[in-house]
Amino acid sequence: MINKIVASPAEAVADIFDGAVVMISGFGEAGSPIELIHALIDQGAKDLTVISNNTGSGHVGLAALIAHRRVKKMICSFPRTANSMVFPELYNNGEIELEIVPQGTLAERIRSGGAGIPAFYTPTSVGTPLAEGKESRTFDGKTYVLERTIRADFSLVKCRAADRYGNLVYNKTARNFGPIMCMAAEATIVQAKQIVDLGQLDPEAVVTPGIFVGKVVEVANPAEESKLVAEGRRYPW
Amino acid sequence: MVSQDENIGWSVSEMARNVAMDIPNGSYVNLGIGMPELVATHVPVGREVIYHTENGLLGMGPAPAEGQEDSELINAGKKYVTAIPGACYFHHADSFTMIRGNHIDFCVLGAFQVAENGDLANWSTGAPGTIPAVGGAMDLVAGDITILVISRHTTREGEPKIVKKCTYPLTGKAVVDTIYTDLAIIEVKDEGLFVRELAPGVTFDYVQERTGAKLHQYP
Repeated sequence: MINKIVASPAEAVADIFDGAVVMISGFGEAGSPIELIHALIDQGAKDLTVISNNTGSGHVGLAALIAHRRVKKMICSFPRTANSMVFPELYNNGEIELEIVPQGTLAERIRSGGAGIPAFYTPTSVGTPLAEGKESRTFDGKTYVLERTIRADFSLVKCRAADRYGNLVYNKTARNFGPIMCMAAEATIVQAKQIVDLGQLDPEAVVTPGIFVGKVVEVANPAEESKLVAEGRRYPW
Repeated sequence: MVSQDENIGWSVSEMARNVAMDIPNGSYVNLGIGMPELVATHVPVGREVIYHTENGLLGMGPAPAEGQEDSELINAGKKYVTAIPGACYFHHADSFTMIRGNHIDFCVLGAFQVAENGDLANWSTGAPGTIPAVGGAMDLVAGDITILVISRHTTREGEPKIVKKCTYPLTGKAVVDTIYTDLAIIEVKDEGLFVRELAPGVTFDYVQERTGAKLHQYP
């Protein structure tokens, strides 16, 4: 029997090793797998390269992982948000590396990583500082830059519902990077608000086919990052 | 630097209306963060426009009523929004396919600087000590989407924002189509910048004095 369901976030993240490349879903707090990130903090893996659109806010979730000095490098499109304090401080002290990537290029580097394509040409960033040092080529009179694909050892993703095969559906704009990150990692770890029986997800409406998912853990009442930040909470509690 | 009379020119709301008037019925539109968001409130009666937000929603509606906020229903500026009937959600690679693949018709953006050839700088002032953060800005201008810039004509210090050559790091080269300021609507053509409309009480010379590049008048 195939059963990708595990009992706890701790069990879900147990295999993440020092130096791993980890993709973390989310756009701001929407879609950020906060319980998996907290389990990763407890687990202790360090020297991580994290690929995520932002760098977290307050002192919970991704920001807490960074605050605990577990991340050596961030690959993201927008490393600051309204309540982002941890990353800017470490960055300004030279204690964390940053690779800044245009958001659509980041998405396509992840998508193509999952699709087995090593590189692609894109018009984004041509003529800007972010294209400097990159190979470029002209197609039909227009210039494009060559971007390399990214893959990860692990992806941490949040979704609304999953079954034991790992089929997933998401919630509203919390979907964002989740589906493409599921495709681009050796091992994808998912926290679902609800685990349902096989057949309960409409096959026509499954967003992430289970083949892209390794482990699923149910987190029925996930914390809301913005509320934790507003309350001034810090992880570990 | 030339001082600007506070009582002259269009209000921000009128600037947003000017942009909205140029977006035809049936358009798919991406609105940038800040002033561009106001455009949605000025769509003329009878026109249906569908808003795209790059974090995965086509059919974005206005902000929710107080108490109805959903932390998983936000826009690219991470503000709470709603979804209209007929809306759909999608992942980031599909979202930027809509952008880079020229499926979106118009994008309305703010600007630090626009050059006379349409170069746009709107993501970084390049000041030392600032953390670079680009978001989706470069992707939005990379395709052939019509790029409308809405911006004050000059900076708070009175420096021109429309210049011969951008001094800030570029977002994209030769990408801007039309500029909507408090003083004028200016079209970027191969031959240079052409003033299409002047705000009430504003003369061509008044705008030219506050612009860092040569303006042209349509014959």
